[in-house]
Amino acid sequence: MREEVSLGLLVSIAIILAPLSIASIGGATAIYAPLQYEVVDLRQWITGREFLDLFAICRFTPGPSSILGAMIAFKIAGLAGALVAMLALYLPSSALCYAVGRIWSAHKGKPWHTAVERGLTPIAAGLIMAGVLALFQLSGGDPLTGLVIVGSAALLVWRRKLHPFILLGAGAGAFELAFLSGYLSL
Amino acid sequence: MSAQDDSAARELPAPLNYFALYNVFFWIGLFSFGGGLLAWIQREIVVKRRWMRDEEFLPGVALSQVLPGVNSTNMAVYVGRHLLGVSGAVVALTGMLTGPFVVMLAAAASYKAILGVPALHAAMAGVAAAAIGMLLRMGVSAVKTSARFGLLSLMVMAAVFVAIGVMKWPLVWVVAVATPLSVLIAWPRGQTPTGASAGREGDDA
Repeated sequence: MREEVSLGLLVSIAIILAPLSIASIGGATAIYAPLQYEVVDLRQWITGREFLDLFAICRFTPGPSSILGAMIAFKIAGLAGALVAMLALYLPSSALCYAVGRIWSAHKGKPWHTAVERGLTPIAAGLIMAGVLALFQLSGGDPLTGLVIVGSAALLVWRRKLHPFILLGAGAGAFELAFLSGYLSL
Repeated sequence: MSAQDDSAARELPAPLNYFALYNVFFWIGLFSFGGGLLAWIQREIVVKRRWMRDEEFLPGVALSQVLPGVNSTNMAVYVGRHLLGVSGAVVALTGMLTGPFVVMLAAAASYKAILGVPALHAAMAGVAAAAIGMLLRMGVSAVKTSARFGLLSLMVMAAVFVAIGVMKWPLVWVVAVATPLSVLIAWPRGQTPTGASAGREGDDA
């Protein structure tokens, strides 16, 4: 950690991350390139190697992958930097989402609201199914992954209120077995 | 399945307060690996606690993906705002990010050791696969809800799926084109527009 964190550094962190909050349409993958350019190439806060390590570890921590920005801020500016980064990363997009949600429910009950509500349902359904496909491909698209996906979906049809921890734990268990038996190589 | 749904619909919603809201999103946030997050939120908010109906929740799913920002934090803001206003949005968002923030701090301090454990990779991959399964289950529900609005709505749904999932076209443009079309198709004809939801509004307040 830095011996002393200047206000200027915290302001720089906010200035870099806040636009990325709004720019991250369709997930955090959109921000990796600009983030890397700012913190590695331009300001040289961390090395390219450190950026890749932190990127990898972010895949194994919970939460949005854009939290990588807060992780980098923590490395260069400690807890204060991490908190500033969290606000910069999530406040602008959340404020926008809040405003849209507010306008949305202010018009509740009007005929067009009902129509939009119904109209958005098939859009959401299509997006969810496309997300399933994209995540399946992203995870390597192997038979074991496909089996666990379909298996856990079927389990949820059978037991509607099954606790997610049980489901996620079973998924982890299945992969751990495959790993220990040598089927899965990582 | 439908009998189970009917009996479930008669159950009362779980008590709603700031602590309960924070608690729901804290646990979801702490165990959010992979992309099944919206499905988990839907299970906790709609299926288990009945704080919202699917018809209220699903527009948020579409909005949170179209709007800038992370889907899960957008959804937390959407749900929190719907349930308890601006403070509800703050509570849900804070709950969602508390766990990841603390784990992130711990990981940043110790990441060099963590990267060397292959068994951990396997467990994480398994968690992610099960989470995708949750998303699939939610998608099946959403398809069934869409089917109520007729064949044309299902065709819009299929078109969105192919455009985004197979063709990999830009999300914003696909939604910008598909939404007006879908809204037009779903426009309620010759019925009271609020008829379906009027009975539930009192419960939500």
